[in-house]
Amino acid sequence: MPQVTRRSANWLLGGGVAGSLASFVYPVMRFLNPPATPEAPVNEVVVANAQQMLPNSGRVVKFGSKPVLLIRVGEAEWRAFGATCTHLNCTVQYRPESQQIWCACHNGFYDLNGRVVSGPPPRPLDEYAVRTRGQEIVIARKG
Amino acid sequence: MPVAVFSQRKARVVAWLDERLALDRIREFLAHKTVPVHSGTIWYYFGGITLFLFGIQVATGILLLLYYRPTATEAYESVQFIVTRVEFGWLIRSLHSWSANLMILTAFVHMFSVAFLRGWRRPREVTWLSGIVLLGLTLAFGFSGYLLPWNTTAYFATKVGTDLAGSIPLIGPPLARFLRGGDDVTGGTLTRFFGFHVAVLPAVTTAVLAVHLALVQRFGISSPPWLKTSEGKVPQMRFVPNFLLRELMAWYAALAALGVLAALFPWPLGEKADPFAPAPAGIRPEWYFLAPFYTLKLLPSHVAFLEGEQAGLIGFGLLGLWWAALPFWGVRPDGRERTRLVTGTGVLLLAWLSSFTLLGYLK
Ligand code: FES
Repeated sequence: MPQVTRRSANWLLGGGVAGSLASFVYPVMRFLNPPATPEAPVNEVVVANAQQMLPNSGRVVKFGSKPVLLIRVGEAEWRAFGATCTHLNCTVQYRPESQQIWCACHNGFYDLNGRVVSGPPPRPLDEYAVRTRGQEIVIARKG
Repeated sequence: MPVAVFSQRKARVVAWLDERLALDRIREFLAHKTVPVHSGTIWYYFGGITLFLFGIQVATGILLLLYYRPTATEAYESVQFIVTRVEFGWLIRSLHSWSANLMILTAFVHMFSVAFLRGWRRPREVTWLSGIVLLGLTLAFGFSGYLLPWNTTAYFATKVGTDLAGSIPLIGPPLARFLRGGDDVTGGTLTRFFGFHVAVLPAVTTAVLAVHLALVQRFGISSPPWLKTSEGKVPQMRFVPNFLLRELMAWYAALAALGVLAALFPWPLGEKADPFAPAPAGIRPEWYFLAPFYTLKLLPSHVAFLEGEQAGLIGFGLLGLWWAALPFWGVRPDGRERTRLVTGTGVLLLAWLSSFTLLGYLK
């Protein structure tokens, strides 16, 4: 009988200690996890004025909190892609010499449709819709 | 005061301290501590030099803390303030950066010398493992500290580094969120990294370092097994004062090298990070991450069913584990060493690290 009592006392003690430890650890674990910061949904942004950009040039603009690469391909032809490289997250740039999109981090190249030409990126860039409103260039999420 | 009285008093003070601090035990211990003397003795200094540079890091790091501000809007400006306005601020910051780099270099030298001189053999397996953990912590110091000036290269290095962590199967995504303090590298990441760099890592490192040093004391300094068999007992020198004084000279040499580097080549600050600017051409990580960086650059976008960097990461992970487990496969169950495997692995690892670091630097 005393054997059993001792053993169950140990279990009780052990369980109590484990339970209290868990009650310390759990809040800490939750605390470490950053809360999601809800973003105001952005659907359309006026990002540039047509006069600011020459044909065959590109620049990174803000789409909410995301960088988007806006390219003026020709006089009236515009394209926009998420500027975040699908490889490891660097910000890409337009290369007028080769008319390609380039990521400096690991030498990834995309064509003007956002498709990977060479280098490590595994997926094409996200495409955005571009509209012109007079001189204003407006980009919007696609689909 | 006559000499006799003085020495009597001195003896009394020493006896008083002895009784309370057990100095005699320490004295006894030091008297018996020795260091093997052979052609490879020079390699024994590198652990101590690494320790010394760690001390420099602690001292200069505390100084930098007095002016540094860990927020996205102020970090860059505060480092600029340190290097332009604070007297000798440029020197302290430059010392901190250079010493960090030298420390990583000497830690690697120490690790490889221990590997080749077989310092990991029984009963020093745990000493080796604690050293591997310390190396990991040192690299974590490097990675977290690199972001703190909040400049362009640091910003992208952190984006790439944390994204890489995020591509680890299963634990990757929550790990990346934990590291970044959100879904992206932002001011929140900077604040987090600052916390890791000045609180979490120092605390953990101090504890592991204590274990590492205690184990080195406990088992003494090993000499390579081949010396023992061919020449009987390996000659030894006393730790105090013979080795200690030499080690101090090595520290002075390290300090001189550090002073020259920090003064003649002040660590650049670069440009302030801009989340809406493209990654600049020629961007690359610090030299100690170059070998894996360059390897990743060479990998195709897909390897079998994995993405290139996932395959790379798994490869690096397995290699790291294999190397960390060296004491457990380096010796056969019957105690004979797998000499060729150990030396071969070490040489290959060293060759990969140095050649790819060089390639990554040149390309
Ligand atoms: S992050 Fe763009 S190629 Fe690696």
